[in-house]
Amino acid sequence: MSTVILLLLTGIGLAGLYFMFASGLSLIFGLMRVLNLAQGAFLTVCAYVGWALAHTGPDGHVTTARLIFALVLSTLCGGTMGFITETVFIRPLYKRETEQLLITVGLDLAIVALVSGLAGSYERVLTLPTWLSDSTTVLGAHVPNDTFLTIATAIVIFASLTIGLRRTRYGLIVRAGVENRDMVTALGIDVRIAFTLLFTLGGATAGLAGVLAGIYEGAVTPVLGDSVLIFSFIVIIIGGLGSLLGAGIAALIVAVVQQFANYYLRPGIGDLIAVGLLAVFLLVRPAGILGRERI
Amino acid sequence: MNKQLFARSTRPAAVILLLAFAFSIPKLNLGTAGILPGQLNSPGSLQILALMCVFGALALSYDVLFGITGVMSFGHALFFAIAAYMPALAMNTWHWGFYQAVALGIILPPFVALVVGAIANRVSGIAFAMVTLAFAQAASIVISDNILPVFGAEQGLTLPSGNLPSPMVGIFNVQYRYWLCLIVLIIVALLVAWVTSSNAGRVWHAIREKELRVSVLGLQPYWHKLGAFVFASFLAGLCGVAYVITTGIADPSITLATFTLSLLLMVVIGGSGRISGAILGGLLYEYLSQRLAGLADTPAITRLPSLLSVPFQQPTFTLGVLFILIVFFAPGGLIRIPERIRSRRRRDSADDTDEYEPLPEVADSERIGGAP
Repeated sequence: MSTVILLLLTGIGLAGLYFMFASGLSLIFGLMRVLNLAQGAFLTVCAYVGWALAHTGPDGHVTTARLIFALVLSTLCGGTMGFITETVFIRPLYKRETEQLLITVGLDLAIVALVSGLAGSYERVLTLPTWLSDSTTVLGAHVPNDTFLTIATAIVIFASLTIGLRRTRYGLIVRAGVENRDMVTALGIDVRIAFTLLFTLGGATAGLAGVLAGIYEGAVTPVLGDSVLIFSFIVIIIGGLGSLLGAGIAALIVAVVQQFANYYLRPGIGDLIAVGLLAVFLLVRPAGILGRERI
Repeated sequence: MNKQLFARSTRPAAVILLLAFAFSIPKLNLGTAGILPGQLNSPGSLQILALMCVFGALALSYDVLFGITGVMSFGHALFFAIAAYMPALAMNTWHWGFYQAVALGIILPPFVALVVGAIANRVSGIAFAMVTLAFAQAASIVISDNILPVFGAEQGLTLPSGNLPSPMVGIFNVQYRYWLCLIVLIIVALLVAWVTSSNAGRVWHAIREKELRVSVLGLQPYWHKLGAFVFASFLAGLCGVAYVITTGIADPSITLATFTLSLLLMVVIGGSGRISGAILGGLLYEYLSQRLAGLADTPAITRLPSLLSVPFQQPTFTLGVLFILIVFFAPGGLIRIPERIRSRRRRDSADDTDEYEPLPEVADSERIGGAP
């Protein structure tokens, strides 16, 4: 029983990571029809930035204050990368979706290679403050505390994105743009502001997810982003592109199934099942759980 | 006008000269002034040239999908990897002979492609890319996570040198492997040239232009796209077999999604939608990634500060930057740069600036983007 609870909670934690990363991807695709493959690279860069900032102290000891500092600055760093990507690389190729996708492919490969070249491909172990590396006993299961941190962060992001989409003017533009971009443009609203906003937000959530992924995995490597990226693709497609709630539900399904299968069957099988889920969903329900249209 | 006629009549002659040169490379004891690791016919140089041929052919096989039919697959690595792994598996585990194992590597990819393509082609656009990625990723997980230990996990599978015909073994026989790879490249190029000029190839072109129009004409885009997928996978299989014979090992890096993405880079850098463009991209990509990595260990580079040595140690960085520059400034790829310059010059010299003459490559890129 305690194993089931442990797997369930760590699965939800993993779902939180996938969701944070996928929310930006999904909104960007919903509005702009661009899959930002470079987002995996943003995550990797921010994970390294977070690692370096968390270990800045003279003793190399990670305190709570330094960790919070690292989380905040990595989020800003991710946001900046998203902003630069949109304004410098994506905007000149407006309405040429294939080229935009190609650019993000190039950025992803180049940035990951740059990080491997500068940082080396060995793991950077992320040490944690004791309150975070300890575990809490929930119904007999010893759940690592960082799981709760990830879950809480994901819930906060989900809530603030939902409120932002429903209550603000930019949220309205984004929602309207996902429904019908041409109509929004025809009404005299510059949708490109929403593009920049979404890329920045997507980068920021990827940056935050980078540090949390480093905490979850216990170490930072250059391939951290690519591994999260593939499962996040699966999440956004199963959830329905452009739907936040769909991404949340799909993240839970994929991550929990993955966690249980990897434990009870054998490591790797859970990843295979997640990939299989994607294929099944695309064929049975191509629009995803909450998506409106076929992609 | 005269110039064009001249160009057309000299082209076959130039190709024949180029091929004659390519075939005679193992017999030419020329210096390469550092372009290649040693003399032109030294084993190190020939190994790089052989791999360049493999990747030129592989890039072309990918362009059958991306540049000719206009569909983006993220799973092309799967078929290359099957063709590289299966002969190694057959010879190691089932103790097959060399020729049977090679035949297996050639026959299997199109059949797997038939199944994968039949499923994946039910969706199009980015969803197609995702389904193909999913299948390739599944294979990658099976191999890398050691789900089926026969594939050797991270170590990969080595061809048992005892079972190979003698020209395929040993560093001094590398010339035979070079010739083999060159022949594979020529076969792939001829097959692509033949198919694209056939009726099927015209339908593939038409699908890239506008799929809806093809179905309105009463043709079934599904079956034609499936045909292109199977054909491209068959070609990728030929390349995979040549690869495993040349390197002697099937390693898990060729199953990764980033490997397929690098094919996309090759095709776009060289120039998609054109046989010479895709081949050029593959040759150049493999050359740069081999040579930059080779130069990274030389004292001149290791003495540089780490930021400056990255372009050498991590060729993907250099190639990624080159790729981005090409997408921005030469959207038709390297192969179309001369005609871009020519058409620009013609436009500049024309007095009548009102006359609108679109650059061919701009039209091209929009056509590729026209997936529904």
